[in-house]
Amino acid sequence: MSNEANAGTLAHEWRSRFPTVNYLNADYGWKSWLLTKDHKRIALLYLASITFFFMIGGAYAAAIRLELLTPQGDLMQSATYNKVFTHHGIMMVFFFLIPSIPATLGNFLVPMMIGAKDLAFPRINLLSWYIYMLGGVITFAALLFGGVDTGWTFYVPYSTNFSNTYVVLAGLGIFVNGFSSILTGLNFIVTTHTMRAPGMTWFRLPLFIWSMYATSLIFILGTPVIAITVLLVAVERLAHVGIFDPALGGDPVLFQHMFWFYSHPAVYIMILPAMGVISELIATHARKPIFGYSFVAFSSLAIAIFGFLVWGHHLFVSSQSVYAGMIFSLISFVVAIPSAVKVFNWTATLYKASISYDAPMLYAFAFIGLFTIGGLTGVMLAALGFDVHVTDTYFVVAHFHYIMVGGAMMGYLGGLHNWWPKMTGRMYPEGWARFAALVVFVGFNLTFFPQFLLGYMGMPRRYHVYPTDQPLWQVLHVMSTGGASILGIGLLIPGIYFIWSMRYGRFAPANPWPATGLEWRTPSPPPTENFPVTPVVTWEAYEFRPVEEMAVIGPGTPDEPIGGQHPLNPGGDGGIAVNREP
Amino acid sequence: MSLIQGIPIPKVSVPFSPEQASTFAPHVDALYLYLLLITISFTTIIMVLLIFFAIKYRRRSPDEVPRPRHGSMVLEVTWTVIPLMIAMTIFVWGASTYFKAYRAPHNAMEVYVVGKQWMWKFQHQTGQREINELHVPLGARVKLTMTTEDVIHSLYFPAFRIKQDVVPGRYTQLWFEATKAGTYPIFCAEYCGTNHSGMGGHVIVMEPAAYQEWLAGGAGSESAASQGQKLFQERGCSSCHQVDPGGQQGRGPTLYGLFGKQQAIDGDGQVTVDEAYIRESILNPQAKIALGFQPIMPTFQGQVSEEQILQLIAYIRSLGAAQGGAGAGGGTPGGTTAGPTTGGVTPASQRSNPLAPTSPRQGSPQPQLPASPRGGGQANANRVR
Repeated sequence: MSNEANAGTLAHEWRSRFPTVNYLNADYGWKSWLLTKDHKRIALLYLASITFFFMIGGAYAAAIRLELLTPQGDLMQSATYNKVFTHHGIMMVFFFLIPSIPATLGNFLVPMMIGAKDLAFPRINLLSWYIYMLGGVITFAALLFGGVDTGWTFYVPYSTNFSNTYVVLAGLGIFVNGFSSILTGLNFIVTTHTMRAPGMTWFRLPLFIWSMYATSLIFILGTPVIAITVLLVAVERLAHVGIFDPALGGDPVLFQHMFWFYSHPAVYIMILPAMGVISELIATHARKPIFGYSFVAFSSLAIAIFGFLVWGHHLFVSSQSVYAGMIFSLISFVVAIPSAVKVFNWTATLYKASISYDAPMLYAFAFIGLFTIGGLTGVMLAALGFDVHVTDTYFVVAHFHYIMVGGAMMGYLGGLHNWWPKMTGRMYPEGWARFAALVVFVGFNLTFFPQFLLGYMGMPRRYHVYPTDQPLWQVLHVMSTGGASILGIGLLIPGIYFIWSMRYGRFAPANPWPATGLEWRTPSPPPTENFPVTPVVTWEAYEFRPVEEMAVIGPGTPDEPIGGQHPLNPGGDGGIAVNREP
Repeated sequence: MSLIQGIPIPKVSVPFSPEQASTFAPHVDALYLYLLLITISFTTIIMVLLIFFAIKYRRRSPDEVPRPRHGSMVLEVTWTVIPLMIAMTIFVWGASTYFKAYRAPHNAMEVYVVGKQWMWKFQHQTGQREINELHVPLGARVKLTMTTEDVIHSLYFPAFRIKQDVVPGRYTQLWFEATKAGTYPIFCAEYCGTNHSGMGGHVIVMEPAAYQEWLAGGAGSESAASQGQKLFQERGCSSCHQVDPGGQQGRGPTLYGLFGKQQAIDGDGQVTVDEAYIRESILNPQAKIALGFQPIMPTFQGQVSEEQILQLIAYIRSLGAAQGGAGAGGGTPGGTTAGPTTGGVTPASQRSNPLAPTSPRQGSPQPQLPASPRGGGQANANRVR
């Protein structure tokens, strides 16, 4: 590899900084990114766009919290506020939480973790990103043209017969976006079934793969339902066919059944990948196999399956039959058990482990604690008599934010930190990362814990103004907004240092932590084909091997040692390149 | 101690909660306390373990690799079965609380509720109408029959710990028994458009004497049933439907004594003549044809509002509603001692005992009436609604 011919070009600069040709510098130009078939590049495309939509959703969140500082509606009109919380929900649910881990970490890691060169359908993978962007652009256009004010839940008959906002356009964006999920799920399932490396049996798979597999099942089985539901809302709104309109013989509660038939499994789409990440983070940073591997693996499947059977717990006060309510309540308790099993297994893994305090581990700790609170408040909500009082109040808002932000987002951040070295070849600054994790944790709890109290005291959700004769309510809201400010700052910090690290971060070795897992047996960043030779797996999941057996797979040249000091081999130069013939 | 479930529940109150103003509220608070204890216990156990392990087993040297432990069937079974059993206790308690709350007792004082963007309209059987405020007597069982004129709303009484959506095209019900006099907030709890957060008000629970004074203050307002009677005549219903017993059968079924009975319909089976059936018959008469009659009733969709339908229902249920004193066969004006404003029901009898049963069912048990300064023993005279 001669550098003289490229002296002075950007290519030269890149190549001279990274010891190898990798997927980032293998090709240049916008076409090589926008027409790529490389799952790793597609993951980065998703990372950029998901971050963009997250910031939009976050801006709307800031507006909500600012308005709720005072009981009066003094920052904006009610009609505007109703759009603001709707946009916050739509952006966060459909364009951040649902795709976040599957489309970034999933796309990047699924092939690598199983020892494959790419996903089963690379072009469909790229297509799914374009569909996501199309859906995002359409929805964003709806927001810019004037917005939508139905709530992210689009309940009829308000959304079909009464709202004067861009319901159909926003619905179209969500409809389109759904296909991105479906294609991603399809890709992951086929890849997991057909492209595992020799020796990579199902029970040697990292638990992240099990979670992604279960998530993908929900993607392909559940997402078509929301697509049809949104389509029917549009048809009803435009043509007044009478599906949901009682004056024409329709049933408004049917919408709720259809909507929640998808949207409840959707929340498992949001949490299962994060649970998979946590399994990886704990195994890596506590250096132990996850306790109860098969129980954790099967619990992912159990959550996915049972998650389709509980949607009626969103309809307890909707005029749903009392008996149906009892059945849904019962099954909702059952679906909580696999999640509890996971939490116990993660905790047991930490017993007599070797725990580091690196940022990914801090996020994993935050996840376990906050997910436990969020999950148990979900169990509280499954209790019928209790739910009647707190449904549609801030108690529910607090519950789902504990799971989605305290759970899913912490998992996402922890995963980004854990695999950042692999994805970019750079280390993030550990000190700042730990500080940011702490700020995020404190800010998050200060934002959402007061909302449990507000909810039980009777404050309904989606309220622009609240009573002035309840001074404690304003106190809690002020605390919540203060917490949101801290949370916002805590989230900005990684935004800054991640970008900083791409230019100034310390170069990362192939296996910085070190961790088990095939993705760590390639250089950081990996070459486009992931593994120059197909690995043959002869070890169990999370088996920490002797150093010489954890070498980088594939050829390397002696004058380009891969990586730095290997902690498990202090005398050597870590990740020794070994020529392995198949 | 509240014995609403038959199991004595200690009257507990939890911090950060609304006042307990109904018989149901202590049950919900007790359940909440149980849920809190379980949540806090498990959370504390997990967090303590996490912190303890994180400190005790922190990495001490960079190349240490601990001994792997792969699992334990005993532990897995234990921590699956025990949480499942605890979850089942929560289910049973929660479900039984819910079940009792949703079964309105027969002998409850009825109030009709119509939600609309963006207000709550209440109508008492005696005719008083209120907007965004509901006056109820202390210790009375109050049953709300509710619907909406437009979108889905949800009527929420935090102090009573009850909530129910109102859905267009159908009736939903809610009931409570207030235990503490005072003024408590009510909210709309289902997002319904621009002024969703302004769609609230108060429920005012009054001592029975004060409540009767309040009712008396509304002298001159017609009862819901007499308003319904007016509509019945104005809209031409009486041209096809007889309201008196005996007499010639009209083109449509006789309505005397029909409420609450089973009606055979053309096609299959039977239907109970309740509020929902009457509403459907008015708005969509072709849906169910009474056996033996022609499908010739026109629809009144768009010609009657939800409130008017409720008034018609009040009238129909007062027809032939059993024996006793004033108000029998409510279709006969002048059959009472009261003035022309009262129509088929005496406000005097109604006001003297607001706890009069509302169901015309034969043989329904005498209500358990709390002592009231007036008319406490007028049970017979007030059986009719």
